[in-house]
Amino acid sequence: MASLLLRKAVEQIRSLWKTNVVRSYLTAIFGALVIGAILLGFAGVNPVTAYPMIWTGAFGSVRAVTETLVKTIPLLIISSGLTIAFKCNLWNIGAEGQLYLGAIFATWIGISVFTGGLLYVPIMIIAGFLAGGLWAAVSGILKAKLKANEVLVTMMLNSVAFLLMDYVLLGPLQDPEAQGFPISPFIVNSAYLPKLWSTTRLHAGIILAISAPILMYLVLLRTNIGYKIRAVGVNPKAARYGGIDVAKSMMIAMFLSGGFAGVAGAIEVCGVHHRLLKGISPGYGYTGIIVALLGKMHPIGIALASFLFAALEIGTDAMARSLNLPIFFSAVLQGVIVLFFIASEFILKKTKGK
Amino acid sequence: MILKTQFSALLKSISTIIGRKTERIRLLENLRIGEPALVMEGIVKRFSGVIANDYIDFEVRKGEIHALLGENGAGKSTLMNILYGLYRADEGKILLGGEEVNINSPKDALELGIGMVHQHFMLVNKFTVKENLALGSMSPKGLLIENAKITKRVEELTKKYGLKLDLDCEIWQLSVGEQQRVEITKALYQGADLLVLDEPTSVLTPQEVKELFMSLRRMVAEGLTIIFITHKLNEIMAISNRVTVLRKGKHIATLDTSRTSRKELAKLVLGEEFTLGLEKPSSSKSNNEILLVKNLWALDDLGIDALKSISFSLKKGEILGVVGVSGNGQKELAEVITGLRRAKNGEILLKGNNITGKTPEEISKKGVGYIPEDRMTTGLLMDFTVAENEILKAPLLDKLFLNRREISKYAEDAILEFDIRTPSKDTPTKHLSGGNLQKLILSRELRLKPQVLIAAQPTRGLDVRATQYIWNKLLTERLKGVGILLISEDLDEIFCLSDRIMIFFDGYIVGEGTPKSFSIEEIGKMMTGTKRLDCGKNGKFVAEKSS
Repeated sequence: MASLLLRKAVEQIRSLWKTNVVRSYLTAIFGALVIGAILLGFAGVNPVTAYPMIWTGAFGSVRAVTETLVKTIPLLIISSGLTIAFKCNLWNIGAEGQLYLGAIFATWIGISVFTGGLLYVPIMIIAGFLAGGLWAAVSGILKAKLKANEVLVTMMLNSVAFLLMDYVLLGPLQDPEAQGFPISPFIVNSAYLPKLWSTTRLHAGIILAISAPILMYLVLLRTNIGYKIRAVGVNPKAARYGGIDVAKSMMIAMFLSGGFAGVAGAIEVCGVHHRLLKGISPGYGYTGIIVALLGKMHPIGIALASFLFAALEIGTDAMARSLNLPIFFSAVLQGVIVLFFIASEFILKKTKGK
Repeated sequence: MILKTQFSALLKSISTIIGRKTERIRLLENLRIGEPALVMEGIVKRFSGVIANDYIDFEVRKGEIHALLGENGAGKSTLMNILYGLYRADEGKILLGGEEVNINSPKDALELGIGMVHQHFMLVNKFTVKENLALGSMSPKGLLIENAKITKRVEELTKKYGLKLDLDCEIWQLSVGEQQRVEITKALYQGADLLVLDEPTSVLTPQEVKELFMSLRRMVAEGLTIIFITHKLNEIMAISNRVTVLRKGKHIATLDTSRTSRKELAKLVLGEEFTLGLEKPSSSKSNNEILLVKNLWALDDLGIDALKSISFSLKKGEILGVVGVSGNGQKELAEVITGLRRAKNGEILLKGNNITGKTPEEISKKGVGYIPEDRMTTGLLMDFTVAENEILKAPLLDKLFLNRREISKYAEDAILEFDIRTPSKDTPTKHLSGGNLQKLILSRELRLKPQVLIAAQPTRGLDVRATQYIWNKLLTERLKGVGILLISEDLDEIFCLSDRIMIFFDGYIVGEGTPKSFSIEEIGKMMTGTKRLDCGKNGKFVAEKSS
């Protein structure tokens, strides 16, 4: 069974290579490194010393690797969920807000005392799923019933989620001992996700993260709901003709998509911060969009892209810190790399067409 | 190398933007009638391993109507797309008036005086005829549309070739035949000496075909050269001077039309003795009404009444032909019956049960099959695999988890039973040819064992072989007792298959009876109606509102 799965994975990777995806990525990285070197030069830093720092920052030590993995977890879950919406041709830009909702409701359960014991984590994750899912379903319903543009609605709901976060952190969920800081109390101990490595922050959420793209793949390809979601995404007219309830499929796609983001939020609470705080997500919801698209909405592509983006963030941050560069410099480098990814794909597509 | 080509492309686009006047190269103008105008030599075109054009030689003489004949997939469109610069030939050369030319884009083709009228019109629906004409030939000097100039030129063209046009009508107001006239005028306006018409008659009424043929004859008399792509043999006999037959990407023969026969051409096209015609057994006449439509009203997409008090019945084992120029309510009728469009008023009874207002899924499950006229955009999910399309309406889709083994079996059975030519059941549907796409839809609908089948344009654009296949299948279903509503613009099809016909015009049924009770001319008149829609001032549409 395991060997079969492995062989299948190898086959998938080979087919990805054939479709130029991996090759386009390597070209993109190379191009980005050249431009990045010029930028580093402007900042007065020798790129030859700076670049290795990105590598060591992301992979140089046990701590670096585990931190990269910790960052991979939410990205992978979110981008898996976003893929479901994207496959329905729904551009869910609201994963960030959906993550917030998941985190808020998970925290709410995590700080309430009940004889949950082992059930704490599963309940929190389910709460996160429902909260994120329902939040996203709002835009799904508006799209399906009123043809409201889901890009605008999800984006605006992000703002609402941010403000909701402010409200709960200064109101109902505020830690009474925090002296007015916008943070919640710690969740109870049994609500912690177990650590996989006691001296690091790597937690059991990685197992869920790895299963997320597999789950997404199974839902899309092996269930009738997934079939309908894809059919609506490919051609709503033909789907309707085929007897598919287009509105319902859209709502379900949005719900599932937001649910994944909500789970990511719950896992950040259970696994990393153990409380609710404003900086719970450094924009995972937005990075997840890029990850899903660059990963070609394919489970393996998404896994690779999530890991790559996590490494990039950890690595460039580490480099910027040790070279005393402004922290924004890492964001600039990341931006350059994303631009090159997109450009290289575009160019490859063009040249292949000739 | 790449840089160099990109650079020249960039220069070219810049020069287009700043409006450098493009040079018209008139290689055909000084030729005498009968001299070779276009010669395509040894044209080869491969598509990822498949050879679409296999060393084709093709010669057209000035002043002739040259028919290009072949089944779908024979390579006609590929050859013409190479001529028009949409594809690039892998091998071979093109000579125009004896000079070798390089055609890399439709723009090059236009500059050389090659115009093409596609099967699907490339017009802007919300623009007037005049604006559409201007679009193809923006004044190089400024951004203004030279109204007076256009009007004058079009008047000239009208006088010369008999192409009547109302310049101030918007495209969507025009009949398909009129839209085609706009396309032809556009090509001539841009100065085409060589006109390629891709299956121009497939959407026209008999009268419109006559008018078109008259115009074409006038054009060649004035020295134009026409390539006429078709697979209708009677049209070739009626209009062309010479005919070239392609089969499976190869040039088979070029013949003088006067020295050949339909039979010989059919043989050349199909490559073997192929018996045309089909046997239509008289079905056991029953009087069981299976579908009853009573006083049905419905709106079209623009909110105008498309069906006006439509009432008819369909019996078991009967093929009821619906004749009409497209856009007279036939599509809306099919959509209302299948639940895709809301009825404004009236009732639809399936075996006595009211199905008005039910969802498409419910109606399909009650036994109404539908072959939509738009097989690529409505009938199929082109990005899905063959197997995925097979199960679109199947009960297999009702379970939460899809059973892969059952689906495979279901799809493989369908592929076998209906002889769908596909590399495998997992091939993306978009890679299938037109005939096989239609077989796929037919298999999906028929395997659900419908009691009523609505077939809209079931053989439009299909070659002889696929058409025969579909017709035979429909007749088999008829014998099984299925009631079939056959919506078609192909009168041959209607006459071959129907037990009864009704003629639609402007949302009304304007005639009904057995096919024998009408002559083709009569039907043609009814299809175009006595009332015609007129354009009011400023090109605004004056719809007669019915309460």
